[in-house]
Amino acid sequence: MFRIRSKVKYKKTNKRRDSSTSAEIEIEMDSDEDVSTVLPLSQRPEWSDVTPLPQNDGPNPVVPIAYSEQFAEIMSYFRAVYLADERSVRTLHLTAEAIHLNAGNYTVWQFRRVIIEVLNADLHDELDLVEQLASKNSKNYQLWHHRRWVAEKLGTEAVSRELEFTKKIFLNDAKHYHAWSHRQWVLLNLGGWEDELAYCNELLEDDIFNNSAWNQRYFVITRHPKLGGIEATLDSEVDYTIKAILTKPENESSWRYLRGLYKNNMQSFVTNPKISTLCLDVLTSKVYPVFALSLLLDLISNGFEPNQDLKNAIEAVVPESNSEGLDIAATICTVLEIIDQMRVNYWGWRKNNLHSQVAEGVANLNIH
Amino acid sequence: MESSSSSAAAVAVAAEREPTVSQKEQWALESQVFHIYQLLYNIPPNSQAAMLELQRDSHMEYLVKGLRHLGPSFSVLDANRPWICYWIFHSIALLGESVDIALENNAIDFLSRCQDQHGGYGGGPGQMPHLATTYAAVNTLITIGGQNSLASINRAKIYSFLRRMKHTSGGFSMHEGGEVDVRACYTAISVASVLNILDEELVQGVGNYIVSCQTYEGGIAGEPGSEAHGGYTFCGLATMIIINEVNLLNLASLTDWLVFRQGVEGGFQGRTNKLVDGCYSFWQGGAAALIQRLHAAAAGSASSEVSDDEDSSDREEGQPSDDESSIPIRRHTETEPLFQSQALQQYILLCSQVEGGFRDKPGKNRDHYHTCYCLSGLSVAQYSRSKDADSAPLPGSLLGPYSNLVEPVNPLYNIVLDQYDEARDFFSKAPAL
Repeated sequence: MFRIRSKVKYKKTNKRRDSSTSAEIEIEMDSDEDVSTVLPLSQRPEWSDVTPLPQNDGPNPVVPIAYSEQFAEIMSYFRAVYLADERSVRTLHLTAEAIHLNAGNYTVWQFRRVIIEVLNADLHDELDLVEQLASKNSKNYQLWHHRRWVAEKLGTEAVSRELEFTKKIFLNDAKHYHAWSHRQWVLLNLGGWEDELAYCNELLEDDIFNNSAWNQRYFVITRHPKLGGIEATLDSEVDYTIKAILTKPENESSWRYLRGLYKNNMQSFVTNPKISTLCLDVLTSKVYPVFALSLLLDLISNGFEPNQDLKNAIEAVVPESNSEGLDIAATICTVLEIIDQMRVNYWGWRKNNLHSQVAEGVANLNIH
Repeated sequence: MESSSSSAAAVAVAAEREPTVSQKEQWALESQVFHIYQLLYNIPPNSQAAMLELQRDSHMEYLVKGLRHLGPSFSVLDANRPWICYWIFHSIALLGESVDIALENNAIDFLSRCQDQHGGYGGGPGQMPHLATTYAAVNTLITIGGQNSLASINRAKIYSFLRRMKHTSGGFSMHEGGEVDVRACYTAISVASVLNILDEELVQGVGNYIVSCQTYEGGIAGEPGSEAHGGYTFCGLATMIIINEVNLLNLASLTDWLVFRQGVEGGFQGRTNKLVDGCYSFWQGGAAALIQRLHAAAAGSASSEVSDDEDSSDREEGQPSDDESSIPIRRHTETEPLFQSQALQQYILLCSQVEGGFRDKPGKNRDHYHTCYCLSGLSVAQYSRSKDADSAPLPGSLLGPYSNLVEPVNPLYNIVLDQYDEARDFFSKAPAL
């Protein structure tokens, strides 16, 4: 099987469309990745037996796309072989050409997988293909789904390459959603957990506001086959998180992580003195208080009784906030209504629903 | 005492560290956005109204043009053409407009060519059926409305397609051999519900799958273990409401996560510590609207236990039939929205709106997707304090001139209410499969 290759390299600046939103983006691309499409299919002898099938758009289609000649031709040949269900080396190559022109065509990707299985084609070529495409536009479901399919077939031998691949993506975009999902899938299905917690530490060291890294941390401590789950790691995770919170009290990620650690363990949360100390420290330091207050509200709803120091610190956030002599939970809501304006309605709703929350919270304590 | 002062010291020292990537990006965006808002605050009220005006004519021009012609760079959306149809037709409907009958018929014809002989719609003629493009096609046809449009949908075939897409996890695959995630659940269940073909076989296991996708943060992820995300949160929440299993979710933590997604800019972010984006005006704003209705429904049923309910006849009118979602869509609020409606409208109108279409944020280009979801979010925000689902918003809810008012939607499906009603009526009378 041969392909026409030209050694001409040229840079072109292309206007492309983001394939999930259709926004225009400008990117530079090398030409040699799709050089093999330079010669039209109709002029390639190896395709002379195939009659291209034009698209059945009808006489007056809406949202008609002004395809390039090359695009229209490749897709017409694809339609023909897809309908004929031809699974061969030439159709394998054709799917690559089609994919390079539109990596969002899931029909072409699916057919490619069918051909790969029939031909028992080299799966490492698939990893290369995906990497090549990812460098142009990695925000594409089909690409990642294909990668997962390939990795599953390769099995545990693929672990380090997959973890490296996602790491490379994170160098450019540490919150890349598809890449994180893929990395999690690899860990769950193929293993490679050994350095994952350390990797989370690294990412959080770089950017403590990286919520994807916090999410990954949670994933590791709950699913790592050898860490013992949340129960075993709770104390060290709490210490780690409190330190992170004190470093950046305005960082929502760390506060939510802290709550997450106690998700099914409200009683321990309420009775752990480190938590109330944390809130007191944050409130008295006069840094961003919203998350500390919000956390206290939840704790009190679950039976926590703040001491006088804490009550004073709460009321000090907005002096005169408790002129009505409300209970402390209602006071917190009042304070939040004032200092967290964007959520004024939410805090008002919390205030009106305190009693049902407290009742529910106390009931939870009794169960656990 | 000791630990208190050393922690306080730690806090002070840490504050001097070099800003992180997240912080730099956030501050850059805030600076752009606040610059725009400053322009607004510094001009007299008459000029403010003009700055806040919804540019109806230019949006219509952009939208209709897209229906008639798309340039070669749209080739990367060649497997998403029903989506482009939906984004455009829904936007036009939100503006209270319509296109000429010929164009409507062309759309109905085109979509029928996207229909697979074994059921479902693909991204274009000759493409495999896909759940997302099926959702988009069905929603488009309902938005166009009318006998021809609705009758062109082959319910029986769609049902068999949905059954084939059912996955052992309880969720759905997007297409044969495709990915399984919360989006697939939503698109499948939404279509089944709106076409009145939802049954136990389709619903079975969906609830548990979505529950497994709710994260420690409270929001919902695309797959179990992934990060809480606005798009998937909308999909998960809407699905759970449709199948009447919303109480399996931890609604308190979902609500808490959700309200904190509205940033100082007024718009919504998709994930914690990420940047706001106009499209989340609907994904997050719509989810907030759904929760608001759940709260109102809960408050309503609680009060009816206590006293004679004079409004019970109103409530009955709002009660859906047995095979539908169990929250009243029509009469929903005497509650405040969970988010700041005016702030959201301000972000949409001043930061996302451009001359012909909408964009993610300043600095990004417009596109039909953002046009659709910014307008949808605008609708949700404008009607967030309405007494009834389709009555005029209360004064003070609407930002800008009265001409800014768009059509109300059913937030479960994101279809304009009038069109949804027509479809519900049509498909409730359709023969059983």
